[in-house]
Amino acid sequence: MIEQIELTKRFNKIDPQSINDFLEFDGYKVFKKVLTMNSNEIINEIALSKITGRGGAGFPVSIKMSSFANETGVKYIVCNADEGEPGNFKDRYLMEKDPHQVIEGILISAYSTGASKGFIYIRGEYSKSIDIIRHSIKEAYKNNYLGDNILGSNFSFELEIRRGAGAYICGEEFALIESIEGKPGRTRVKPPFPTQQGVFNKPTLINNVETFCNLPFILRIGGNEYSKIGSEYATGTKLISLTGNVNNKGLYEVPYGRTIREVIEILGGGVKDNKEIGMVQLGGACGAIIPESLLDMDIDNEKFAIFDSKMGAGAIIVMDESFDLFDILLKNMEFFQHETCGKCMPCREGHIQVLNLIKKFVRYSATKDDYLSLESLANVIHETTLCGLGQTSMTSILSTIKFFQEEYQQRIRESLFKEGY
Amino acid sequence: MVNLKINNINVTVTDDITILEAAQQYNINIPTLCYYPDLHINSDCRICVVEIEGYKGLKTACSTPVREGMNILTNTPKILNSRKTITELILSNHDASCTSCIRNMSCELQSLAKNLGININRFENVLEKKEIDDHNPSLVRNANRCIKCGRCIDVCKDVQAMHVLESMGRGHEMEIKPAFGRYLSDEFCTFCGQCANVCPVGAIIEKDNTDIVWEKLYDSNYHVMVQVAPAVRVSIGEEIGLETGLISNGKLVSAIKRLGFNNVYDTDFSADLTIMEEGTELINRIKTGGVLPLLTSCCPGWINLAEQEYPEILPHISSCKSPQQMFGTLAKTYFAEKENMDPKKIYVVSIMPCTAKKYEATRRELRIDNKTPDVDIVLTTRELGKMFRQMGIDFNQIDEVEFDNPFGISTGAAALFGATGGVTEAALRTVYEILNEKPLEDINFTSVRGMKGIKETEIKLGDLNVKVAVSHSLSNARILIEEVIAGTSPYSFIEIMACPGGCIGGGGQPYGTTNEVRLERIASTYLVDGNMVYRKSHENPSIKKLYKDYLIEPNSSMAHHLLHTKYSPKNI
Ligand SMILES: Cc1cc2nc3c(=O)[nH]c(=O)nc-3n(C[C@H](O)[C@H](O)[C@H](O)COP(=O)(O)O)c2cc1C
Ligand code: SF4
Ligand code: SF4
Ligand code: SF4
Repeated sequence: MIEQIELTKRFNKIDPQSINDFLEFDGYKVFKKVLTMNSNEIINEIALSKITGRGGAGFPVSIKMSSFANETGVKYIVCNADEGEPGNFKDRYLMEKDPHQVIEGILISAYSTGASKGFIYIRGEYSKSIDIIRHSIKEAYKNNYLGDNILGSNFSFELEIRRGAGAYICGEEFALIESIEGKPGRTRVKPPFPTQQGVFNKPTLINNVETFCNLPFILRIGGNEYSKIGSEYATGTKLISLTGNVNNKGLYEVPYGRTIREVIEILGGGVKDNKEIGMVQLGGACGAIIPESLLDMDIDNEKFAIFDSKMGAGAIIVMDESFDLFDILLKNMEFFQHETCGKCMPCREGHIQVLNLIKKFVRYSATKDDYLSLESLANVIHETTLCGLGQTSMTSILSTIKFFQEEYQQRIRESLFKEGY
Repeated sequence: MVNLKINNINVTVTDDITILEAAQQYNINIPTLCYYPDLHINSDCRICVVEIEGYKGLKTACSTPVREGMNILTNTPKILNSRKTITELILSNHDASCTSCIRNMSCELQSLAKNLGININRFENVLEKKEIDDHNPSLVRNANRCIKCGRCIDVCKDVQAMHVLESMGRGHEMEIKPAFGRYLSDEFCTFCGQCANVCPVGAIIEKDNTDIVWEKLYDSNYHVMVQVAPAVRVSIGEEIGLETGLISNGKLVSAIKRLGFNNVYDTDFSADLTIMEEGTELINRIKTGGVLPLLTSCCPGWINLAEQEYPEILPHISSCKSPQQMFGTLAKTYFAEKENMDPKKIYVVSIMPCTAKKYEATRRELRIDNKTPDVDIVLTTRELGKMFRQMGIDFNQIDEVEFDNPFGISTGAAALFGATGGVTEAALRTVYEILNEKPLEDINFTSVRGMKGIKETEIKLGDLNVKVAVSHSLSNARILIEEVIAGTSPYSFIEIMACPGGCIGGGGQPYGTTNEVRLERIASTYLVDGNMVYRKSHENPSIKKLYKDYLIEPNSSMAHHLLHTKYSPKNI
């Protein structure tokens, strides 16, 4: 079996609008158990599980949680449901098909870290998700899974929805915090980190929707058991948003350690119209573009270091042989040129120049100097920018310079003979 | 303390500082661009990147705290290439017409490019030309030169609590400008010019009035006189490349004379006059139960704020015109009558540390006979420097000359006007002696000196113990004003200056006015005071003569007519 169904087990089996369906399907059961445990015990299980964040950066969840748990005073939890990375839709599915699982995960995190208030920051375009989560929060309040003295315990917790401001950068943790505060989405200088000074300068723990959804699972089977799922590099299951030229697009849940090819061939049913795979972009617009020859890589975080990148949020975008590399890069760069927040200079001024250079490749008017400028500029943006946007936006360029070098050289040669237009 | 290595030099520093600060302590120069010592760290330009062993990517020295055992390199080829690339990028969205920019040779971007050895720009220029905002008497905003470093926003927001400038829009279209795309105007900007002072490039500059002055100097229809503000004599040295805090009196006068002015006078004279008028106003308000606290009125940046946002405070503000305007009035009345000249033919130029003074000079209230302005034109310290350069004047090769009379004699008290706390100290020296009819034992009020944001002292006037307070920078002013409005202010007299450090830190002062530089100018200000023959305004013999011959006595109806004004709320 390729798949392992854990986070998606209630999908299409319950009415997402019904808390009773959820309760019948073991819902909030783990949370009730957690209410009998203390903070250290819970965070210890999470540490044993070795789970890393599912929002893209892959940071160990327990480290962030325990430093946040040590902070005192008013503290906030934020569930990052901005899901702005092109090609990803896992968080939307999680919210729309099993909304109380998200709330249960947030509750476990809040209870174990002593937070009293939380926000779910949902991408503005996700109207349906917003409706469903809103309804679920209402039901949870009614049934005392939210509010004061939850289920008779000393634990009280408020949960609110914030509608996203519609910019990609708002998924970045500090930009998201600024946005919650009602300011334009721009990142802040670190340190201090959000767990020290986040929303309204209070300690704030931010995790991705999928990360929260893993918490009931971990505490149900125990951290040790959980850590056995996956590979030696990454534990648990991963939701994969599979799109592009495959026969069966969709959301799949697989344990880490499966190869990209397995997902594309077996779950995705291979490439449409029996074409060959031209290239595959991993993670989303900020991810690496790799050739067919690398598809036997495991889906995990560590091995992706060869791209100087990670699997990201879990998108796999398949492009068949008919696609032109530079058209794809152009789309990517137009995206980032539009989405840079404008705060730091290499990102703000760099993307427009990268875009100009890529346009030359698209138009067959690129020279060797253009290539050198592109390579140098992409490295500088990657190395020097303030936040993850600029640090990852060049992954598609840098990875193709590595894996598709011949196409660059070919285009430069062809440019010599074609009139640039 | 932590130990680390920077460029293989062993460095031991306290653990609460950044890599940049650690490097500075060891004289290792890491280039910066958006960084400004007294403002908060934005880390936007990424010029100060360094390599740290074991860290991914490059890290900015301005924002990264030091850690035990760090091994830092500040100038590898990779770093140099990054800095050059970022600088090229900035230049590719910039109107780099350096030779026709007011910041030529004083521009931080230009010197960065030079130091990094940029001799080619690989990137296409993508600048989209924007309209230049030249709609007020004080400041010009040229967005085509703006590199979006954010310094002006920070100084306007954090130091001045004015929030005039904002960053608007996202990505490459992001712009820094007043909210709602308005022009800078006296409805919401104080014209303090702090933004212009910290701007690294020529994107916010003072309105350059030097050409008008040159014209008038060579127009035989005019008698052109100039007054020089107290704060200029401790800062002009920096403007012409001499040491920080240098005191230039005689050479300054001599150089200005060479420009061709008919008379060179001293605003210190009218500062003494201000003390007589304002001090008397304070005494009267105390004696007659008038509105207290009395708030000073010599700073037009502060007056702008009061009129814009605090109409309730206006009755508290002294009715005295500022020293600059008192001077202009006297030039066109007392002096004109004495010399039998047509006041309309007298052209009064001021050299001020201040951009708001340019606006003040245009105020309708500040005209003799409702038409002729008290002061015709205002130049900043920086513009004076420009005129010296245009004329090729070298301070090392000129003699010392005294200010002209009758407006050339002044006291140490007047010199203090340049520094925060100075007006208060000058006022106390006079008010105490007039009211108590005995000399002060110690005329140095050290508790109101220095860069602390809000300072206070107490003095015995008659039977009363009177509390006074001093604030500089508008964020601090707001604290004191809001107390007054709330009715909880314990003070009888409050000095308010818009600029940090007072006028020595004004918006028209030489570039690089950091708090460290302010302290040096302040120290020089107290040296000037200490070296004066007279140190109390009421002892100034010229002032005594002025009252005897013309004004009769402080707050006389003549004095009121000429030297006082009123304020009205804006935006109502
Ligand atoms: C430009 C940018 C966009 C991001 N967008 C998202 C997003 O939409 N959803 C998300 O969960 N994390 C996003 N992240 C990652 C967050 O900054 C943060 O690392 C994450 O929410 C932490 O949660 P995790 O540890 O559970 O992954 C983004 C990061 C960057 C730099
Ligand atoms: S890297 Fe880009 S998105 Fe991030 S702070 Fe800099 S300008 Fe903004
Ligand atoms: S002049 Fe002063 S108040 Fe006006 S924008 Fe500049 S800093 Fe702000
Ligand atoms: S106007 Fe000057 S200080 Fe303000 S952002 Fe632009 S360059 Fe920086």
